[in-house]
Amino acid sequence: MNFTSIDSIQSALRERNYIAERGLATSLYLALKLGRPLFLEGEAGVGKTEVAKVLASLLDTELIRLQCYEGLDVHHAVYEWNYTRQMMHIRLAESRGEKADEAELFGPEFLLRRPLLQAIEQSKEKPPVLLIDELDRSDEEFEAFLLEVLSDFQITIPEIGTIKTPNPPVVVITSNRTREVHDALKRRCLYYWIEYPSFEKELEIVQARLPQAPEKLARQVTGFIQQLREMDLYKLPGVAETLDWTTALVALDQQALDPVIVDETLGAVLKYQDDVDKIKGEKTRVILDRIKAEAA
Amino acid sequence: MSGRLLRNLLLFGRVLRGLGLDVNPGRMMDLVSALDHIEISNKSDFFYAARTLLVHEREDLPLFDEAFALFWRKPTEGWDVAWQGLTRRRRSTKPIVMPPPLKDEPPVANDSEATPQEPMTVIEVTRTYSDREVLRHKDFAQMSAEESEAVNELMWHLRWKVKERRSRRRRPGKGEMLDLRRTLRRSLRAGGEIFSWSYREPKLKPRPLVIIADISGSMERYTRVLLHFIYGMKSALTQPVEAFVFSTRLTRITRPLQIRDLDLAFKNVGELVNDWAGGTRIGESLKYFNFEWGRRVLGRGAVVLIISDGWDRGDVELLSREMARLKRNCHRVIWLNPLLGAPDYEPLTRGIQAALPHIDNFLPVHNLASLEDLANRLASLDQ
Repeated sequence: MNFTSIDSIQSALRERNYIAERGLATSLYLALKLGRPLFLEGEAGVGKTEVAKVLASLLDTELIRLQCYEGLDVHHAVYEWNYTRQMMHIRLAESRGEKADEAELFGPEFLLRRPLLQAIEQSKEKPPVLLIDELDRSDEEFEAFLLEVLSDFQITIPEIGTIKTPNPPVVVITSNRTREVHDALKRRCLYYWIEYPSFEKELEIVQARLPQAPEKLARQVTGFIQQLREMDLYKLPGVAETLDWTTALVALDQQALDPVIVDETLGAVLKYQDDVDKIKGEKTRVILDRIKAEAA
Repeated sequence: MSGRLLRNLLLFGRVLRGLGLDVNPGRMMDLVSALDHIEISNKSDFFYAARTLLVHEREDLPLFDEAFALFWRKPTEGWDVAWQGLTRRRRSTKPIVMPPPLKDEPPVANDSEATPQEPMTVIEVTRTYSDREVLRHKDFAQMSAEESEAVNELMWHLRWKVKERRSRRRRPGKGEMLDLRRTLRRSLRAGGEIFSWSYREPKLKPRPLVIIADISGSMERYTRVLLHFIYGMKSALTQPVEAFVFSTRLTRITRPLQIRDLDLAFKNVGELVNDWAGGTRIGESLKYFNFEWGRRVLGRGAVVLIISDGWDRGDVELLSREMARLKRNCHRVIWLNPLLGAPDYEPLTRGIQAALPHIDNFLPVHNLASLEDLANRLASLDQ
């Protein structure tokens, strides 16, 4: 699909139940037009990973995901040789009284393609969306390597040669900021910070994603979460929590929130015991009264 | 694109640079080409396009928003005034020109092979051995200006190293994990027969260091020398060193301390912090640290140094709770207390009492000798 304006991308996102702010749509649009990676930051659960998924669906292409972690190296990010198969191959050749051919042993047949290599190979046909998820979890070594890959989209495997593509994949990088990612890498990217959505936006998201939820419940849940984000909590609930909670309440056949059900299901929203203790009981009632007053 | 728009665009870029944003010509070129794809007449699209290309730090977003609003409007009366207000809020925290890494300053202790020759040379010229010993053991708070100078100088020669941790990255070595890649490679040389296995071992990496220093009124006599100490440590260590100060509220001073010019760095810190020698609210400050910064700077087995005399008039229960939280999230909590240097001092204040159960090491920090002791402890991290 070829997008001619920011409006077209925004409405295409909406058709796929992703409600994007104008700013995010602009960043996505420019990332596609300029062929630059998009660097997304924001609190946990605001839908960073979701952006890559919906983008893949939008472009009708595959999503290739590289989950980052400390110690992530070339063998897990780019390629690895299938050693067990190679060893078997050597033994089989031996049993036939032959000697394994080294060139064959290090040929494409024995190559395990990891996400970065997959993305570059597939780009020759149709550029996929490459999601580099939670880059802050990786270490400086990997970051430096990634910077290199992102600048020329080519990978050299000594035994096979250089693999490159004229049309690079669409790259989305996310970070939760558990570590500062180096400026040099961010400079190569378009940057967007995803904020928590406003009440209206969040309600739209809930209704788009969970159409089976009763309207009253959706409003109350969204209102409640919005109130929680104003409170002094160690870990604020994200949109993911709003959706989880609504799903849970729908499964319990709730038509609206009441103090008892809130306290019983608060674990879907708050993930630290301190926070649960703080909200449970008295505070729950106060917040419920407030959102009911606002709705009236 | 009209020449006038281009000129304004470039001027805007320079303004942002002046405000301390990381805007370079490459980014400006990107913006110019981006404008081919959007409706420039739509101000909000233009705004978002410029924002996504010219800013890559969340902290810079508000500053950009204000600068944009101010720059791209018709000049009216009061323009200059508003503009000046903005420049005063310039992110002095970020040096416009990044200094080269402080490689050649104080030598970083690497291995045991590093021989301690250079320390003390400076002072040796000017002072006798016994003078130096007196200075080493003299309380920072009782020093004359001249003695403080000498100590600041001496501090540069302390060798800092924080004990390493095993990272998740592995390299060939004597570990327990099979290195199939090398094993196979070597076996091929022997015609496919495996005679010995190759292994991989975890790579050691230095632990990040986080320093949280009390600059309240009761700590005033120590503040300046401790800033020197923090600055010296930050320059000497290669790993991330995060620094925060607090009296009634917490301020991050990591960025201003990155500047190579020490006087300028201290000046920037001074401008950034506006509660020097105020009251003490350790509990609240630690809570703010835990909530806002903990997740971002405590990863990877960080060591936390808290420098405070523990005179807290705030909520003791809060302090205890936040200390516990801090302890759970890092590798080691070391509390440095200048009062601990006094022979008759006993940690009886309620603040210290609340914090003590969550502290791994409770150490003095009142003279040079105590800093040397700290350096040794950090290098080994034994209990």
